[in-house]
Amino acid sequence: MNRLTVSPSPHVHSGDSVKKNMYGVIIALVPALAASLYYFGLGAAIVTITAVLSCVFFEWAIQKFLLKTEATIMDGSAALTGLLLAFNMPSNLPIWIIIIGSLVAIGIGKMSFGGLGNNPFNPALVGRIFLLISFPVQMTLWPKPIASQAHYLDAETGATPLSIMKEGLANGESVSSLMNHVDMPSIRELFFGLSGGSAGEVAAAALLIGLIFMLIRKIITWHIPVAVIGSIAVFTGILNLVSPEQFAGPLFHLLTGGVMLGAIFMATDYVSSPMANKGMIIYGIGIGVITVVIRVFGAYPEGVSFAILIMNGFVPLIDKYVKPKRFGEVAKPAKA
Amino acid sequence: MLKTFSLGGVHPAENKFSAGQKIEILPVPEQVSVPIAQHIGAPSEPVVNKGDEVKVGQLIAKSTGFVSANIHSPVSGKVFKIDEVLDASGYKRKAIIIKTEGDEWDESIDRSEDLVTEITATPEEIVKKVGEAGIVGLGGATFPAHVKLSVPPGKKCEVLILNGVECEPYLTADHQLMMEKGDEMMVGTQILMKALKVDKAIIGIENNKPDAIKHMKDLASKYEGISIQPLKVQYPQGGEKQLIDACIQRQIPSGKLPIEVGAVVQNVGTTVAVYEAIQKNKPLFERVVTVTGKSVSKPSNFMTRVGTPLNQLIEAAGGLPEDTGKVIGGGPMMGKALSSTEVPITKGSSGVLIMPDKIAKRPKMEACIRCSKCVTVCPMGLSPYLLSTVSDKAIWDRAEEEKIMDCIECGSCSYTCPAGRPLLDYIRLGKGNVGRIMRSRTK
Repeated sequence: MNRLTVSPSPHVHSGDSVKKNMYGVIIALVPALAASLYYFGLGAAIVTITAVLSCVFFEWAIQKFLLKTEATIMDGSAALTGLLLAFNMPSNLPIWIIIIGSLVAIGIGKMSFGGLGNNPFNPALVGRIFLLISFPVQMTLWPKPIASQAHYLDAETGATPLSIMKEGLANGESVSSLMNHVDMPSIRELFFGLSGGSAGEVAAAALLIGLIFMLIRKIITWHIPVAVIGSIAVFTGILNLVSPEQFAGPLFHLLTGGVMLGAIFMATDYVSSPMANKGMIIYGIGIGVITVVIRVFGAYPEGVSFAILIMNGFVPLIDKYVKPKRFGEVAKPAKA
Repeated sequence: MLKTFSLGGVHPAENKFSAGQKIEILPVPEQVSVPIAQHIGAPSEPVVNKGDEVKVGQLIAKSTGFVSANIHSPVSGKVFKIDEVLDASGYKRKAIIIKTEGDEWDESIDRSEDLVTEITATPEEIVKKVGEAGIVGLGGATFPAHVKLSVPPGKKCEVLILNGVECEPYLTADHQLMMEKGDEMMVGTQILMKALKVDKAIIGIENNKPDAIKHMKDLASKYEGISIQPLKVQYPQGGEKQLIDACIQRQIPSGKLPIEVGAVVQNVGTTVAVYEAIQKNKPLFERVVTVTGKSVSKPSNFMTRVGTPLNQLIEAAGGLPEDTGKVIGGGPMMGKALSSTEVPITKGSSGVLIMPDKIAKRPKMEACIRCSKCVTVCPMGLSPYLLSTVSDKAIWDRAEEEKIMDCIECGSCSYTCPAGRPLLDYIRLGKGNVGRIMRSRTK
């Protein structure tokens, strides 16, 4: 007679796992990685490899020597943080800065809160913001796409479209003249990534392919990306309608800086985003509005990272007050 | 667009190996153990004593209240003893053990195969007779059927919904019953409609059973007021609340019964039992049981007498496979894992699922990554991650506030969780405690 296992139902499992989801996101990042390697070549490769390896190493070392717990680096979450951190840095960043950024991302952003599942803030963004504040010069030197393919630290740098816009407007120039500025890429070039910026944020097209992949594989739902992108489009659209020469249009804002990377990959981080669909939409709109406020009225030309971190802080509050739609809560009218 | 329920849901692999297998009549066992608690509500009271001669269909235990059910002898023979027997609950509970002699049925039962379509009984007689025949919900919930047919004063039933969904993977008993006892089901539906005084009945069937949908549609065209509603395959559509939502787009408010939205739900198997009770005077003492599993050599649907030990069904389906790890009473999502194959079949046994050791193992539990997939799949719109955490931490007032009692224990959350967390285990723990606290408050 066999010994029978007795356990409560359900007796089957979907086969989904943390690993599958993490590697799913990594696969979704491949088109953007390919684009960054194409535009920034050598530099992007060095930055990406350094960030991924150092994030994985720091997680392993902290778990092994400090926490003395089982190492969970194989779940792919540390590698994902490294990849996202690399995508948020210029491709000519010195290795030592990347390592510091990785240590902050994993050590402070993730492990100090208890590791995977417990970090209130997106670890990659914690790392990025730490670097932006600590090394403002190195973090805002942007290699030129294509031209810097064979270069790393010696890459030729230029301004990002957002900083051209910000400085130009501050000097009293108009939006239409700035859009025709010699260094300003066209909307089409922006869509395909032919512009200065962080290694992984430039090619909107590649990031959108990743979004479609994640939606099909049900790794994420549409709520956060749509809410972020939609609210930025609406907000900048209104500003643009009010004063077209003073405020750039929605398409310019969506395709520049980290909006696509942020909306698709950073804001959708499982751990630091809300649980209910309604909450996700509120969170997404919050990110969109704060981004535009920082970009248009603040001192920084770019605000997506700050916006996501600020909204990360609101997630517990959102989860407390915004519940999923309950069955039977609102009686539907009968369609007999 | 096919209809389905509005919130959540999952798609477990269907694995309906026994689909299309004709209902086989299992030989009458040499001995039966008939538990006196086979239904939701008060256990019945035995009315026979050791040594008594009984016939098939004779009353052997009496209902002890409104929410309780009569139990009839499934075999003819002698009462051997009344003793504690291990049943599907995992506990030893009182059962009437009968040694079989021959197969002599009570004379009042019409054993012919003729379809009796004329319904002479009045609504009151129907309800009374359904109660006397010991009919309970055969989908697995085993709620006494006459209780559902007694519409409380002030409420009005507008539509009868029949559950032909069989959303549990593996199980095919209801499917096969629809294919083979369709006519009886139609008359049974008419009887239920008469008892409830409604002129509309909807039979919900998922579209993974196109043959059943077609067959039932053909039959229903001959009867007035019965329509077939094909449904998009989605677990747990067979849940009463989900089925009503899918069929008539009405949601039962928290803590209320289907009659609140003017609906009464019965399982298709129950409907056949109602037909037999009213038209053939046959009480409920046998049912169709699916015996299935990946390694089972002959997945089957058996017409089985209540009280038959499980291992007889398993033998008839080709024996217990070498790699057996789990034997489940019911389906893989909501069924109960059994500790022994000796336990008897009861009125609520819809299937016996034999799972290989490999599949029976639970995934390794990891930290919650807040992916919100449990929230997405919950058909009741709850937050399983939160309910399991507050239950684990024994924060009962918060659990109640978050509507833990609305949970229908469908298991979609545990099934989905990528971190392999046993969310429903914790939620059951919480429900038990919150339920106890709520009851003590009303005392």
